[in-house]
Amino acid sequence: MSATARGPRAAAPGAPLRGALATGARLGLARRLVIGLPYFWLLLFFLVPFLIVLKISLSTTALRLPPYEPLVTWAADGVMQVKLHWSNFGFVLGDELYRTALLNSIEIAGVSTLICLLIGYPMAYGIARAPSAWRNVLFLLVALPFFTSFLLRVYAWIGLLGRNGPVNDLLLALGLVDQPLQLLQTDFAVYVGMVYSYLPFMVLPLYAAIEKLDLTLLEAAADLGARPVKTFFTVTLPLTKEGIFAGCLLVFIPAVGEFVIPALLGGPDTLMIGRVVWDEFFSNRDWPIASAIAILMLVLLLGFVVLLQRLQSREGRA
Amino acid sequence: MTTDSGAASRDSRPASTEAGRDTYVRIDRVTKKFGAFTAVRQVSLDIRRGEIFCLLGGSGCGKTTLLRMLAGFEQPTEGRLYIDGVDVTDVPPYERPVNMMFQSYALFPHMSVFENVAFGLKQDRVPKAEIRDRVAEMLALVQLQDYGARKPHQLSGGQRQRVALARALAKRPKLLLLDEPLGALDKKLRERTQFELVGIQEKLGVTFVIVTHDQEEAMVLGTRIGVMHAGEILQVGTPTDIYEYPTSRYVADFIGSVNLYEGRIVEDEPDHVRIEVPDMATTVYVDHGIAAPPTAEVAVAIRPEKIHITPYKPLEAENVVRGTIQEIAYLGDNSRYVVRLDTGKVVRVTRPNVYRHDERLAWDDSVWMHWHPSSIVVVTR
Ligand SMILES: Nc1ncnc2c1ncn2[C@@H]1O[C@H](COP(=O)(O)OP(=O)(O)OP(=O)(O)O)[C@@H](O)[C@H]1O
Ligand SMILES: [Mg+2]
Repeated sequence: MSATARGPRAAAPGAPLRGALATGARLGLARRLVIGLPYFWLLLFFLVPFLIVLKISLSTTALRLPPYEPLVTWAADGVMQVKLHWSNFGFVLGDELYRTALLNSIEIAGVSTLICLLIGYPMAYGIARAPSAWRNVLFLLVALPFFTSFLLRVYAWIGLLGRNGPVNDLLLALGLVDQPLQLLQTDFAVYVGMVYSYLPFMVLPLYAAIEKLDLTLLEAAADLGARPVKTFFTVTLPLTKEGIFAGCLLVFIPAVGEFVIPALLGGPDTLMIGRVVWDEFFSNRDWPIASAIAILMLVLLLGFVVLLQRLQSREGRA
Repeated sequence: MTTDSGAASRDSRPASTEAGRDTYVRIDRVTKKFGAFTAVRQVSLDIRRGEIFCLLGGSGCGKTTLLRMLAGFEQPTEGRLYIDGVDVTDVPPYERPVNMMFQSYALFPHMSVFENVAFGLKQDRVPKAEIRDRVAEMLALVQLQDYGARKPHQLSGGQRQRVALARALAKRPKLLLLDEPLGALDKKLRERTQFELVGIQEKLGVTFVIVTHDQEEAMVLGTRIGVMHAGEILQVGTPTDIYEYPTSRYVADFIGSVNLYEGRIVEDEPDHVRIEVPDMATTVYVDHGIAAPPTAEVAVAIRPEKIHITPYKPLEAENVVRGTIQEIAYLGDNSRYVVRLDTGKVVRVTRPNVYRHDERLAWDDSVWMHWHPSSIVVVTR
């Protein structure tokens, strides 16, 4: 109360008013800074690298450093030459290898996302409905893996899934298998790594959506004769759809381009686009092709996201 | 306990006896505990077919908890619940022949008004064409025919409330539970909706159990009222019973306003009693007997509108006290007086302003007050 009374509006006209105006101007500047800085940050660290990659994708390889031709050259007579090699995109789109790798990546990412959703939804539900004293603990457990390095955790799976690892030991001890299974360097290991690594990104948005859900709506559904399963599909699921969308995007998009997990846990025939880019970049030293793949993937995923959002907003309006 | 004619005849009415020919809902010694806290304590109650039963009580007295047990959302810690003679204590909510209108309305935000109202019918696998007819009928009942395509967030508070009512009625339940159904409406709309509710109830013949903390609402809506306090039902009766024949200090004080004084029985006859009331420095004459041991600690309760106030000494010899006007509030339709007795206690009096030009009483006037011997209620609890 007293704070408002002392505020600029309550003050006498004249000099204090000018003071108030100055505060207003300063506030405006501060606000603009607060909003502007993150944008500036994004511009600097997202847009600029993107433009560099775009530039490289329009070039050709060369035996120089960096290993691609510059886009802009100056001829002797002062003519500026700009050469844009669109052929990289044609090559990538036309080549069987890249298409298979991309489809494979989408499949692995898609299946991983689905598994994450199937595991993550009950988890998020459980956490959201747990007694509030428990909730923070459970939440911490979900976030706990982030306290160690991602690479380290993937390496740990190599140990776990190895021929003499605890998983095989357990299977042997239970008598389920006669000899150790080849788990590492299979798609199975890739799925384990993917689901393990990306599950928290699924659980957190789902938790936020489920926690927000008004419990009386579930009671209302039960009151009107809907059994729990029916209530789940007609009320709970539609009302947590936004969380599902967010979670799936957060898992699917990085999973498509994932490199570390297939490289460490996958076999030679686990073809994923991230690995192809890596190989083009470091083994073939074909930066333009690698960049073209990256750009095409970005366009593809962006298109995917836009499509999903369209679908979602149309449903929202209907 | 008063054994005046009204209360006596009420208690001997056949419907309220345990035979309960008309009993539709029976709550049998139900207790609900949350941990160590008892929200509902040993409540027994019979609700009759086709009546509007109001559960009235202050905040936190356990009304909602009792209602939620009827709907099946809470499990009684002790006791049984019967609906139409069937023990439903262990029946899950989705199998009870009961619908509830939630205080927050609980409309499904992702469904249109039509889909909301149709939801319950769909669960029963009613054919599509019939669903359409029934929903249309319900929406017409609550005067929202043209709103079927809207989403709940596109409706006003009053319209949402009516959708909630339509949804709860769509399955033609025999019993409708309403938790503070009009709480979110403004006063004018609330009064209008109260009459609409009664109209709908009469038309459909559904049994209503309405929770409210608003005594006026309970009086307008209820065929009978159950007054709750601290998890217990203190008194059940018609609005007149509850107002004119309260059986406890709490009920007398909770419903309307009342002058309540402690007293001592000095003369106990079957057809009349006299009670000495030190606070009024007089002995009150009551023209009916009471069923209380002569040593009981009793209180006399008298409603402000039952007291006559005059500037001159009335002719009556009994039930007359003298005082000085301390406060006057002119409310248009009536005036309220606070009269100070010589003992220092005050008496509240309400008089209707029958004439435009009245010889009104003024502050500090010396006045006499008197009341009819039947106006006094004697309570022991
Ligand atoms: N789930 C619960 N856990 C613990 N205590 C509860 C729970 N539900 C209700 N209570 C307690 O039980 C008591 C009765 O609650 P209830 O909701 O029935 O009150 P009410 O009469 O409906 O009050 P109001 O008029 O404020 O809605 C309150 O003291 C409340 O704190
Ligand atoms: Mg309540």
